[in-house]
Amino acid sequence: MNSGAVRGNALAIGLATGAYGVSYGVLGVAAGLSVAKTCAMSLLVFTGASQFAVVGVVGAGGSVAAALAPALLLAARNALYGLSLVPVLRGRFASRAAQSQLIIDESTAMARAQAEPVASHRAFLLTGLSVFLFWNLGTLAGALLGGSIGDPRRLGLDAMFPAAFLALLAPQTTGPAARIAAICGALLALALVPFVPVGVPILAAGVGVVPGVRAMRRAAKAPA
Amino acid sequence: MSWAAILGLGAAAYALKALGPLVVGRRALPADLTQVLELIAVPVLAALILVQTFDGGRRLVIDARAPALCVAALLVWRRAPFLVVVLGAAATAALVRAVT
Repeated sequence: MNSGAVRGNALAIGLATGAYGVSYGVLGVAAGLSVAKTCAMSLLVFTGASQFAVVGVVGAGGSVAAALAPALLLAARNALYGLSLVPVLRGRFASRAAQSQLIIDESTAMARAQAEPVASHRAFLLTGLSVFLFWNLGTLAGALLGGSIGDPRRLGLDAMFPAAFLALLAPQTTGPAARIAAICGALLALALVPFVPVGVPILAAGVGVVPGVRAMRRAAKAPA
Repeated sequence: MSWAAILGLGAAAYALKALGPLVVGRRALPADLTQVLELIAVPVLAALILVQTFDGGRRLVIDARAPALCVAALLVWRRAPFLVVVLGAAATAALVRAVT
């Protein structure tokens, strides 16, 4: 992916998440949160899936404690992303601390889609900042405008995210290790959906690295 | 939802994100561990693709998102540009929902 394409894609991903930010803002206020609290969640928590889980539970009359468990389970995958971004996120402690807030699905996928560490870092930053900007602007707009906005699913916006992750992941998932890890992780997650709490399937997919690494070791040992 | 709960959730979400970059951080890692770390995001993102498409809230469903992912896969395979893939998927889902 050349640098102009990275900029364009980062902007497109930001705009798509911004549309979801509007939807989150509407739901936040509808769930009884003030505009300030709804916006603070987007600034401080900045993990869409967790935020939707919170306003979903609170909006349905659930307790805050009941809302926090799914929110944390959904946020836990960011820890796996953070670990995978260690080779990409360099720099001083303060710089790494600031950039850590931008670790989400979209920025990780864009970083993964680049072959070189420097390009990965740039893609991570551009995507993270773009999503941060539009997610928060969208939240503010949704919280202020309230329920007068339509459902983003009607425009097929929910189908954009898996398509985007597929487009970013597929070209880089070429070696046997990455392929095996991707297939094992994805199928395990899908199989778990009916049986475990929300957030756990995605987290469990991390186990896919085990067969992936074994394939890597086998390939390294095999005579050339 | 109190301010304390929001701040607490924000702090917890941040701690999860920062675990890798701040705790593992700049330590020189053995090459094979670096490979493992870099690989972790791949199965997680792959899982996200399928779960975001088929999750119907603790059960698996096939709805407008499934044909949209098929169109996306076809476009990725045909090496279409990123925006074409994403918009193709959105248009497919919107169209299926409009006619069903």
